[in-house]
Amino acid sequence: MAQVTLDKVRKVYPNGAEALEPSTFTIPDGELTVLVGPSGCGKSTMLRMVAGLETVTEGEISIGDRVVNDIDPADRNIAMVFQNYALYPHMTVERNMGYGLKNRGLPKSEINERVREAAEMLELTEFLTRRPSQLSGGQRQRVAMGRAIVRKPDLFLFDEPLSNLDAKLRNQMRIEIRALQRRLGTTAMYVTHDQVEAMTMADRIIVLNTGKIEQIGTPNEIYEHPASTFVASFMGAPPMNLLDGEAAQGRVTLTGGQVVPEAHVNGHAGGLIVGIRPEDVQPSPEGELGFDVDIVEELGAQRLLHGRVAGQAFSVAVPKDKAAAADTMRLSVKPGAVHLFDTDAGRRL
Amino acid sequence: MADITETSTGSATQAAAPTRPAKRIKWEAVGDHAILIAGALLMLVPVYMVFATSSWDAITIHRQGMQFGFGDQFGVNYDAALFEYGGFTDSVNGMTMLANSMILGLGFAIGKIIVGMMAAYAIVYFRLKFATLAFWMIFTTLLLPLEVRILPSYEVITWMNLGNTYTGLIVPLIASATATFFFRQYFRSIPEELIEAARIDGAGPVKFFIDILVPLSKTMIAAMFIIMFVFGWNQYLWPTLITTDESLFTLVRGIRQIIQSYADGSETPDYGQAAALAIIAMTPPVLIVVFFQSWFVKGLTESDK
Repeated sequence: MAQVTLDKVRKVYPNGAEALEPSTFTIPDGELTVLVGPSGCGKSTMLRMVAGLETVTEGEISIGDRVVNDIDPADRNIAMVFQNYALYPHMTVERNMGYGLKNRGLPKSEINERVREAAEMLELTEFLTRRPSQLSGGQRQRVAMGRAIVRKPDLFLFDEPLSNLDAKLRNQMRIEIRALQRRLGTTAMYVTHDQVEAMTMADRIIVLNTGKIEQIGTPNEIYEHPASTFVASFMGAPPMNLLDGEAAQGRVTLTGGQVVPEAHVNGHAGGLIVGIRPEDVQPSPEGELGFDVDIVEELGAQRLLHGRVAGQAFSVAVPKDKAAAADTMRLSVKPGAVHLFDTDAGRRL
Repeated sequence: MADITETSTGSATQAAAPTRPAKRIKWEAVGDHAILIAGALLMLVPVYMVFATSSWDAITIHRQGMQFGFGDQFGVNYDAALFEYGGFTDSVNGMTMLANSMILGLGFAIGKIIVGMMAAYAIVYFRLKFATLAFWMIFTTLLLPLEVRILPSYEVITWMNLGNTYTGLIVPLIASATATFFFRQYFRSIPEELIEAARIDGAGPVKFFIDILVPLSKTMIAAMFIIMFVFGWNQYLWPTLITTDESLFTLVRGIRQIIQSYADGSETPDYGQAAALAIIAMTPPVLIVVFFQSWFVKGLTESDK
């Protein structure tokens, strides 16, 4: 068990590309932190640096109270689960799980006991003598988990472990991994590009974009108070509506000419971006915003209306029991649901 | 058709299809087979003739040439070929030569595989300066087979006093661009994550090589083994040059030597024995190819890891 600290950690590749700007954060002991962002944002690089598979250009990485910059991956007491599982194809499940322990010189009896224990936990007991090629995707994923568990590491590292599974299995494994991590109480770093995975699994989310940390916070904080337009549009499905507007005399007017209710400008004046989540507006006859509907998407539990507010693209999520709407309607905004960002950097105002 | 239900329609018509039309002769198939059969005969008839000839006595062969039928000297010829001591010094028989060929073939194949794998391992997995250059230099040696550099090689081996030794026979042939090339291509197709997982599992370079890479490459190793064994077994020029001691003669050389040693005298060359020896020389490579065939195909084509 250990906390993980990154202190001004930076990564520049030999060709001069900066994969990660100096980043500083701490993952408290026992927490599951999700690194999320689009591809190429530096999240995998960050994870691989913690694993020791990439060198650190600048800064310090500590696991527990030990600086690990120059420590070999095998000696960091970590375990990693890879996207394609990276199981040894010629070894049985049992030997796959025990290989790391064997290399550490543990006695056979202890290896057997730990492997058996992990196999029981993951319901793999009957597959111990099989080869990875004789297992399904979900079972392979479990073996990869088992290989991580038997080492009793200080830190779990997950590199998009669920992206090779089908949607149904992914949901199930998501819950299993979360439950397992809770039960073992092991600190974990989890990389994904799937914002649903991030929201559902994380104690804490780190949102990355182009090698830079955009925001660190609990899923709730990230969702309720996105620090930038990037976070606002990346986290949440369907994404937040972002509209161009202008503030003057304490009021926000959209560029197409509608006044936004519930906007607290705090003395800001001039151009800004208005963010409203699709589920934070509801059709109501006395609503303040006029909305022209173009397309209706049926999602089952809810219904998505795509159209325009003041001439700008806008989406609204309505519960399934509300009747499909007419061409134009009025929308009312929930209190406190209007987010304001500056136009240049997209930071929250 | 009335009793055919909706669901069984598909399978019923399919089952009926093969019996319906009278079998037409497919001329393309006949042509293909004619070509294949002709090719097979072209390859097999000489082998058969050697086999048949090996059952005749020398005089008949000398008079009538190669034989199509079988004679009665079968046992005698093979017994003589295998167990009768011959040669200038009377110190070598078929069994000795068989053993020598085996040592050369195995040493050649195993040596080449080990050297090739290790060279490929170094080139693929270690960040070496000039790794690509090194690889291409190894690769260009394909243009310089032993026959081209045979004089300097001979010079070096005699200078090292390795003439008439197994070491001298095998070592100069071991460096292998072919094996290095095949193993390089194979190693490059092994996923990066496997190496990383092994690193986290605490496997150092040697452990990774032995525990992961060698077992993963076993079909490739089998394929290389077949090619190299047959290649080594059939070596003629180099053994002729480097061994003068008859106890180190290989089978391929022995065939000629039998004819030669008798021909030098005024006796009839023992063609029957030579034919028997040729058949004996052919057998081990054929057996190896037959037994390793499925591995061979897998090793060269399979990419499932």
